[in-house]
Amino acid sequence: MKPAAFDYIAPKTVEEVISLLTTHEDEAKILAGGQSLMPIMNFRLGRPGLLIDINGLDELDYIKQQDDHLLIGGLTRERTVERSPLVRDLCPLLSQAISFVGHTAIRNRGTVGGSLVHADPSGEIPTAFCALDGRVKAVGPDGERWIDPGEFFLTFLTTSLEPTELLVEVKVPVLPQGTGWSFMELSRRVGDFAIIGVATLLFMNGDGTCREARIALGGVAPTPFRAEEAEEVLAGQAIGEELISRAGELAGEAADAEDDYHASAEYRQEMAKIMVSRSLRQALARTGKGN
Amino acid sequence: MAQRQRINLKVNGVEYEGEVEPRKLLVDFLREDLELLGTHVGCEHGVCGACTILLNGKAVRSCLMLAVQADGAELTTIEGLAQGAQLHPIQEAFHEHHGLQCGFCTPGMLLTSHEFLQENPSPTREEAKKAISGVLCRCTGYKQVIDSVMAAAETMKNE
Repeated sequence: MKPAAFDYIAPKTVEEVISLLTTHEDEAKILAGGQSLMPIMNFRLGRPGLLIDINGLDELDYIKQQDDHLLIGGLTRERTVERSPLVRDLCPLLSQAISFVGHTAIRNRGTVGGSLVHADPSGEIPTAFCALDGRVKAVGPDGERWIDPGEFFLTFLTTSLEPTELLVEVKVPVLPQGTGWSFMELSRRVGDFAIIGVATLLFMNGDGTCREARIALGGVAPTPFRAEEAEEVLAGQAIGEELISRAGELAGEAADAEDDYHASAEYRQEMAKIMVSRSLRQALARTGKGN
Repeated sequence: MAQRQRINLKVNGVEYEGEVEPRKLLVDFLREDLELLGTHVGCEHGVCGACTILLNGKAVRSCLMLAVQADGAELTTIEGLAQGAQLHPIQEAFHEHHGLQCGFCTPGMLLTSHEFLQENPSPTREEAKKAISGVLCRCTGYKQVIDSVMAAAETMKNE
C-alpha cells in the first residue's frame, strides 16, 4: 500500500526539530532512516499528520572517541557504524550486533538512533545497547538529559522519550583489552527479525577470573533486558562449563516470552538458555582464557 | 506543506525535475513520473528487495524512501547499468548463468550485487549468498544467481 497523506518538513538543525515537535506534539513523527517507520506508514498502521525528516541534520552524523567512550550521532547510519574501524576495534560487540540487522540495503539507510527509538524488543541494537549499558542523549525544550537502558525501554515499541524530545547521541563504552564479547541470534533466515538475540560481555580480572558479566536478551520479553541473576553467578568466578550452563538456565528462566507466529513461548525460553550458554562460551574464548 | 514539492535529482546521469506530493514513494516517482519502469515494486515494505536502487552509490530500498527525500541525490537504476548496447559484466553473467527466470527480482539482484562487488571484489560463495539474501527470488532458487555473482566477480577482476 501507499502512505496516507501527511505534511512534510525537513529542518536543518536540532533547534528547529525541537520547536516543531513542541508545536505539533501529538501529530508529528520523526523520520530518520525510515526502515521501520516507512513500512508502518505504507501499511497505514501509522498515519502521522506531520513528518519531520531529520536526514538533513548532518550535525548528528558522526562517530568519535571521548576518553573511554564512543559517541555516535543519532543519525549515523547502521552500515557506517558496522564498518567503522574505531567501533570494530573498541566496541566490537556493537559492530557484530549491527551485522545482523536486516540486509545491507536496510543498514545503508537505517540509523542506530532510530533503531533504539523504535524499541523493537527483538532489535539487535537495543539488545547490544543493554549489554553495553550505554546511554542515549535526548534533547527537548527544557534542555538535554542522558537516559540508561533500564529507564529508556518501557515496553513493546515504547520508550521514555517525551513527544517533544529528540535522541541526538548514543554513548557506548570502549571495551578494555581482553574483554570477552559475543552477539548471537536465532532467526529463520539471514536478515529476519531475531527470534532470540543474545549479547554477552565478560570483563576480566588480571588473574583470569571474571570481574563482571553482562548478559542481555532480546525477543523474549516486552523489552530487551539484562539477566541479572545469571550475571551474578559468573561475577568473581573462574568461568567453566558448569557455570556457563547455570547462567544459561537462569537467563532462560528470566525470559518473559510470548507465543507468536515464529515460535512458541516455550521454545523461545528453551532456546534462550542454549543461546546464552553458547554466547558465553564464545565470549570466554575471546578473553583468551577459554578453551 | 502537504502540497506538492519541487525536487531536482540526477538519475543515471540525467538531470530531472519533478513535482511530488510528500507521500509519493521514490519507487513510484521513478516509475510513474520518470517512466523508468525497470525498477520493480514488490512488497512495499522493504522485505523483497525488488525495488533496490543505488542512492549516491549505496543500495537502498526505493519503497522505503519518499521521492522528496531524493532531492539533490544521484541515483542509479537498472536502466543505468549498461553502457548503451554493452551490458554490464554483472548483467552478462546473469544472462550467461541463467540468473533469472521471470525477471521480477532481477533489477534488485543486479544493483545489490553491484554494490556488493564494489565493496568485496573477491567474495567467497558464502559471502555472495549472504549478500543477495535480502532480495527474494521465487522462481529459480538462488544457485544460478550465486553462480552469476561469482562469475561477474571473476570478469570484473580481470578488467
